[in-house]
Amino acid sequence: MARYAMVIDTKRCVGCHACVITCYMENNVPEGFTRDWIVEVVEGEFPDLRSEIRTERCNHCENPPCVFVCPCGASYKDKDTGIVLVHHDKCSGCKACIAACPYDARFINPIGYADKCTFCDHRVKLGKTTACAQTCPTSAINFGNLDDPASKLHKLMNGRIVKTMKPEAGTGPNIFYLL
Amino acid sequence: MTEVTSFRNNPLIDPHLEIWEWQIPGYLFLGGLVAGLMILNGVWRLFYSDKEGRSITRNGAVAAPVLLSLGMFLLFLDLSYKIHVFRFYTTFNPASPMSWGSWILLLVYPVQILTLALPGGIERFGWRFSFLNPLWDKIKIYAERYNVAVSTSNIVLGIGLGIYTGILLAVNAARPLWNVSLLGPLFLVSGLSAASAWNLLARPNDAEKKLLVRWDIGLLGIELIFLMLIIIELSTGPIGKQAAAGLFLGGNYTASFWVFIVGLGILLPLWLEIREAIGRYVPHWLGPLLVLGGGLALRIVFVYAGQISSMPEITLFR
Repeated sequence: MARYAMVIDTKRCVGCHACVITCYMENNVPEGFTRDWIVEVVEGEFPDLRSEIRTERCNHCENPPCVFVCPCGASYKDKDTGIVLVHHDKCSGCKACIAACPYDARFINPIGYADKCTFCDHRVKLGKTTACAQTCPTSAINFGNLDDPASKLHKLMNGRIVKTMKPEAGTGPNIFYLL
Repeated sequence: MTEVTSFRNNPLIDPHLEIWEWQIPGYLFLGGLVAGLMILNGVWRLFYSDKEGRSITRNGAVAAPVLLSLGMFLLFLDLSYKIHVFRFYTTFNPASPMSWGSWILLLVYPVQILTLALPGGIERFGWRFSFLNPLWDKIKIYAERYNVAVSTSNIVLGIGLGIYTGILLAVNAARPLWNVSLLGPLFLVSGLSAASAWNLLARPNDAEKKLLVRWDIGLLGIELIFLMLIIIELSTGPIGKQAAAGLFLGGNYTASFWVFIVGLGILLPLWLEIREAIGRYVPHWLGPLLVLGGGLALRIVFVYAGQISSMPEITLFR
């Protein structure tokens, strides 16, 4: 099984929202909802301030609580890619997965099923990168297979401080942020 | 100073979760109540078989499937993809409490029908449903033959159902308020207490009344201890749990927690029932009614407050 992951360079991200817009277009995201979003953090006391801009989405966890709690077997981890996906035709809209997700990455699609980032699995199957990674004008978003030793993700993380979101949740996120 | 600005604004998710509304507390309350009714019925039949029952063995047993159906209807109302409700029964996910719960609910109905067919339950149907009597006679023979098994099933399934209503919330590590080990036992004890109160309102005979009041005093005491232990667990836990405890200790849900759950739902009925047990006059309906209201308040407050509590982002830059 491949282990698809994303490495996001917070020093490159300028918060332009291009990833958000391209996701709308690529995945036909319903109006008023979003599968990825920008977060800006400012920390410290003036004038000693530090800021971070990053793009967030489903972390496609190694240990996904949304998959464990799903009573209908609709949420699953794809055997070939490791991407966490939702079978729309199996979902009953019970919202257990939304309650279980520490990242609040899911939402209820107006049709009724649980919706979220798919790592553009339809593109990945064709050997392409995700739409957000392809669009990012500063190359802050990088997508690849962590199980591939030649993947650029390893090179990007080498020598940088790397963090994942809410590691204490024990979910094993597959989105890595470079500080 | 840390300022986090998120541009996400998904309905029902931001600024905090609002995915579960009144239907879920209603379902959890009715599920707990039915679990309690089943356990009390089983215990009465197994350990108090020398005493005649009325409220527990008949009135409570008749109410249980009706209340459970109402609860399941509330659960159905909560689903956002209602046409796919059958999907609960096309798979079984052993890691999912909701999956366990939906299958337990399915097992509960046949046991409740067999329970009603036991002596002291429903003897015969009236003229409107008299066409059911030949079949009912056969069910009665079967139920009586397996009397002990049916009563034991009531206790086992009741415990499973009652604990499940709490575990359903407790498995969510993402919501620190729910993620406490005692939530399942708390909801089970609260369900038993609510069932005692229900039976006290359902015309119990003297023997039943005496025991139910004693049981309820004990159950309310245990519920109070569990609640305090949960507050201790939360306030001495990691930062997310401390913030969750803060919701009850000065935060948004302080008044509703202490007034409706602890005060009106536990302490006042406890005092009333102790007075009743020592022979003082109290309106017989007041204590049980407060207990039922407290049980509902417990679920409402926990379901809503739990959706506000979330794991904080502890380290931002390192």
